[in-house]
Amino acid sequence: MTVEIQQLPYDKQYVTQYSEKRNEPKWMTDLRVNALEEADSLPMPKPDKTKIDKWNFSRFTHDVEGQAISSLDELPESIQSFLDQDDKEDANQNLIIQRNHSVAYSALSQNLKDKGVIFTDIFTAMSEHSELVQKYYMTDGVQSNENRLTSLHAALMNGGIFLYVPKNVQVDEPIQSIFWQEDLEAGLNNHVLVVAEEGSTLTYVENYISHNESEETFANIVTEAIAKDNAKISFGAIDNFAHGTTTYVNRRGVAYRDARIEWALGQMNDGNTVSENFTYLMGDNAYGDAKTVSVGRGDQKQNFTTNIVHYGKESEGYILQHGVMRDKASSIFNGVGKIEHGATKSNAEQESRVLMLSKDARGDANPILLIEEDDVTAGHAASVGRVDPVQLFYLMSRGIPQREAERLVIHGFLAPVVKQLPIEAVKNQLREVIERKVY
Amino acid sequence: MAGSTLEITDLHVEIEGKEILKGVNLTLTGGEFHAVMGPNGTGKSTLASAIMGHPKYEITSGSITLDGEDVLEMEVDERAKAGLFLAMQYPSEISGVTTSDFLRSSINSKREEGDEINLMKFIKEMDESMDYLDIDKNMAQRYLNEGFSGGEKKRNEILQLMMLKPEIGILDEIDSGLDIDALKVVAKGINKMRDEQFGCLIITHYQRLLNYITPDKVHVMMQGRIVKSGGPELAQRLEAEGYDWIKQELGIEDETIEA
Repeated sequence: MTVEIQQLPYDKQYVTQYSEKRNEPKWMTDLRVNALEEADSLPMPKPDKTKIDKWNFSRFTHDVEGQAISSLDELPESIQSFLDQDDKEDANQNLIIQRNHSVAYSALSQNLKDKGVIFTDIFTAMSEHSELVQKYYMTDGVQSNENRLTSLHAALMNGGIFLYVPKNVQVDEPIQSIFWQEDLEAGLNNHVLVVAEEGSTLTYVENYISHNESEETFANIVTEAIAKDNAKISFGAIDNFAHGTTTYVNRRGVAYRDARIEWALGQMNDGNTVSENFTYLMGDNAYGDAKTVSVGRGDQKQNFTTNIVHYGKESEGYILQHGVMRDKASSIFNGVGKIEHGATKSNAEQESRVLMLSKDARGDANPILLIEEDDVTAGHAASVGRVDPVQLFYLMSRGIPQREAERLVIHGFLAPVVKQLPIEAVKNQLREVIERKVY
Repeated sequence: MAGSTLEITDLHVEIEGKEILKGVNLTLTGGEFHAVMGPNGTGKSTLASAIMGHPKYEITSGSITLDGEDVLEMEVDERAKAGLFLAMQYPSEISGVTTSDFLRSSINSKREEGDEINLMKFIKEMDESMDYLDIDKNMAQRYLNEGFSGGEKKRNEILQLMMLKPEIGILDEIDSGLDIDALKVVAKGINKMRDEQFGCLIITHYQRLLNYITPDKVHVMMQGRIVKSGGPELAQRLEAEGYDWIKQELGIEDETIEA
């Protein structure tokens, strides 16, 4: 049984023209057209225990230009706050700001350019590095035919970035994207493609932001992070779409032999959200660590799945999901550790905890271990509950008022992701978003 | 001036409907150190927790006042602001909150808004106190009590005592689980607090802590009441002879609250 999606006003002609307007390579035009044709026959995603049939997946504006900026000082305060604040141009040397569906600002340090690092918007990448993009775009990570939304993403992709770090290049400084939906109805079909070649390391952090309280739109996001043998990717994100945006986000990591992928995801949308974060540990001794925190408020409904799949021997997967629920918010947290046959001596650990701040909120933590191999270790912990009164007693016994004590406990509960984000301004941003959502 | 006076009168306390304290009377004045001793299960820790307002304990009758103010009417944080401090037997672990941030929030909560402690002054005071208690400086940046050993937790409680400088300190089994070196360090910290103002209620069932801290008065608890009080010599006699002579003297067969 499939859920019927509202008819989209985009046909083959529209998609072809859009692709031509952007001067895309033929493979991309074909990929879009094929995906669009496939879409009708594919089922909608079926998030466990969350009904999405009434959600808005069709009302959005597909192509909205955004004005370029010549200096970071031109940005409004709400966007500036994501940036490293000391000597802005100097500190934010590796930064792309996407405004609606245009690039407003794009910078990469000479040092990284010299090392062969590519960091551009996805359209520039396709025109300058067509073969490289084609090799990784919806091949090893997310497939366009997984469900109707992934195929519509492929057909209607209208933004995103490509980050490529060549073999054995170590990038120490964080690389940042800001996806700013300034137009209140702009629908983002964003594609983030991150490739770390053998033996390379990179740290990437992204921010999604919009301010559409009542205006409806839909964000359909795909991220692919590919870590080749012995590569390391640290991936941080703060999702902060406003109440009017329905979000379907797929973040997919593929880690080959001895590779590491570490996710730190602050999932702070205010609208209905389905988020899937998968990491495939393909190679022996691959390592995946997925930390995600979220705050649900108002009447929003969210469904988070964090899934690490072990194929390689001695691979390690760690999942941490912490959620805070207030008002009438409802969230499902699925943590899945899957060890395939042959992945001997692998270890799958997970922890899912939900803190309930209101009796009308709903939170489910579902730890799932699927193990098809004998010689492995695995563990899980899950809890749903209120703020511990004994913890509050301890903090209050030092003079801290109840409200402040609760605040400390909540911020502490969500700290695992804050701590791991690479840029101080981004850490602060997440703290502020948490503060705003909790109080 | 001799500091604050904590006055406990005919205190009755229940936990989940079961009476634990059955009429405790005790007066502690600033400048004095009192030890509350007694075997396990006689209500000592309940007394400590009830004074601070632990959510599990219900006061069914009696009163607690601090300088005449009704403590039982105060929220837990107000009790702290009024000058009470409880060093807990089992301090909570608070993930994600560093010891340093917690201490600073605690100090600032007792100060007026706009009069927060200067950061450099705070760090200096904390460093000095940590040195005094032989605490590894890393503790400041570790999450509060998370993964701390038993000894580290106790030292951290005394660190908080020294930094927060309350009028009245209540130390609940601060010596339990400590080796002799750690015990000496903890005692050193408590003794440093001694002045004409500071009053301290030391709850213990071992006499050994009192080898390093000399109490002005010693109280013995049995069956949820204070059954005997005396000077430091009482603690010494308990060390030498145990509790049986008191039980015989008072005709008590089972000293626990079950009796």
